[in-house]
Amino acid sequence: MVASTTPRPGARRGTGAPDDGPQRSGGRGPGRVAALIPVRLRRLGLPYLLILPAIVLELLIHLVPMLVGIWMSFLKLTQFFIRNWSAAPGAGLANYEIAVDFDSAVGGSLLRSFTVTVAFTVLAVGLCWLLGTAAAVLMQGSFRGRGVLRTLFLTPYALPAYAGVITWSFMFQRDSGMVNHILVEQSGLLDERPFWLIGGNSFVALLVTYVWRIWPFAFLVLMAGVQNISDELYEASAIDGAGWWRQLRSITLPMLRPVNQVVVLVLFLWTFNDFNTPYVLFGGSAPEEADLISIHIYQSSFVTWNFGSGSAMSVLLLLFLLLVTAVYLVTTSRRTSRA
Amino acid sequence: MREPRWLPWARWIVLGSLGLFTLVPLYVMATTSIKPLGDVQGDFHWIPTTISLQPFADIWRTVPLAHYFVNSLVVASIAAVASVTIAVFAAYAISRYRFPGRRVFSVTVLSTQMFPGILFLLPLFMIFVNLGNTIGVELYGSRTGLIITYLTFSLPFSIWMLVGYFDSIPTALDEAAQVDGSGPVGALLRVVIPAAMPGIVAVAIYAFMTAWAEVLFASVMTDESTRTLAVGLQGYSTQNDVYWNQLMAASLVVSVPVVAGFLLLQRYLVQGLTAGAVK
Repeated sequence: MVASTTPRPGARRGTGAPDDGPQRSGGRGPGRVAALIPVRLRRLGLPYLLILPAIVLELLIHLVPMLVGIWMSFLKLTQFFIRNWSAAPGAGLANYEIAVDFDSAVGGSLLRSFTVTVAFTVLAVGLCWLLGTAAAVLMQGSFRGRGVLRTLFLTPYALPAYAGVITWSFMFQRDSGMVNHILVEQSGLLDERPFWLIGGNSFVALLVTYVWRIWPFAFLVLMAGVQNISDELYEASAIDGAGWWRQLRSITLPMLRPVNQVVVLVLFLWTFNDFNTPYVLFGGSAPEEADLISIHIYQSSFVTWNFGSGSAMSVLLLLFLLLVTAVYLVTTSRRTSRA
Repeated sequence: MREPRWLPWARWIVLGSLGLFTLVPLYVMATTSIKPLGDVQGDFHWIPTTISLQPFADIWRTVPLAHYFVNSLVVASIAAVASVTIAVFAAYAISRYRFPGRRVFSVTVLSTQMFPGILFLLPLFMIFVNLGNTIGVELYGSRTGLIITYLTFSLPFSIWMLVGYFDSIPTALDEAAQVDGSGPVGALLRVVIPAAMPGIVAVAIYAFMTAWAEVLFASVMTDESTRTLAVGLQGYSTQNDVYWNQLMAASLVVSVPVVAGFLLLQRYLVQGLTAGAVK
């Protein structure tokens, strides 16, 4: 769940050196012509030597398992074959057919989980972005207590996921929790104590907990983006008579567009794949209304020990994420370059 | 910037609400951890009626918390140091050399970040289990398996952040070192690494935090002897009861090291994020 980003195509740093050319960036001093050729040869090999350990690990832990996962999705990999998978018979497309047969129990619950995840992602990403932008814009300039606030805002993000989420799980307890204490006893908004961690309310509980934990990330990156906008732009526009709103709409938000593109994409991928929040909040298995796709696949794999079916679902999830990311990058890049 | 008169009000209302939203769970965590068990089972009270430090003593006995703590510490430290070391070399190559495959490498490594963890979980589980069965290398349930997994997961982010840092160090510095007789690796060790030290430490902290907080793989890949804090904290809920006060006390204890590290280094993280994100 580490922070992550994809570089914008065509937006690599401008060192002036042509990409993928064999020469170094920056100039080389004159002289020492004789030594040039062997040095060049050595230098050609050196970068590969430097990235070798990273490549080996990426291959072993990311690429090979990914290929293995795709292969597993075509096997009848049930509990009898987990310890000896070479004996597992092929399943053809059967695992996929079950997963997308929405009338079957497996396919139906996968579709429901997918729908829940889409709704959750749209709301959570929207809220995190909105809170992050509002806080970043309002924290512009200097005022008393700014440093303290910034530290406070970042704390939930720094907490290990389980520590923060488990606190929310306590606050959402029906009889001893803070939320019902406020809603029922202190404000009297409700007459009866609702359940928050089962039933329809669990979606709200999950959303609140998730936004509390992740919005600081949007804030952190957007704040850095806001700080990078040059003061001269504001000064020049102020001379031209632009007010605060005008500056927000015409300078701050447009200048944040490249940062926004990255933040929204990262938030989307994290949120869609989130496992920690429901797993800790609901203690292992999520209620139907908050059954995010990662925990759904996890549950259905480790409860039935049908890894073939679980792998097929994971591959479908990956294809969906690739599609959305590609469409997103193409549309946002086009819009950015036109602007 | 010229500020309209209502802005300070809007600022305090919005930022104040956000601050409250952020603060309340932290307050609940802290106050619950100093309540006796009886006080956390009934109605909720904002202000503790009885203050007891007993939960902080009990947490070590209810579950083998110290043991989990050591497991998490070992796994997260080794994963962080290894991840940063490997990332330093890779990031130096990407920042200072233009070689065929450079772009493919960067994009491939970064794109693994978008893949769902669950996609790797089932195959890695199978690979680890079957490696143990066939060639006797027990990665399943071992710390080594967890360390390799975590270090690879933080690698893309570490490389990406460090490329940003290295790019901000003038190449003239390495060239001067090379004129003085160091090779490219000597220049990296003697000039670039010292100059990028704050960034390197920030990235290491980040890798440490990631491993410290990881739940998905820890819940599947560990057994009783290698269990980490992420899974071990579940031990405070039994069939009949949840020891909420101890759970909050333990959450507080396991959060302190990473929160302190993060808050100390937030400035460097912001720099690194901007260097990477804005370009």
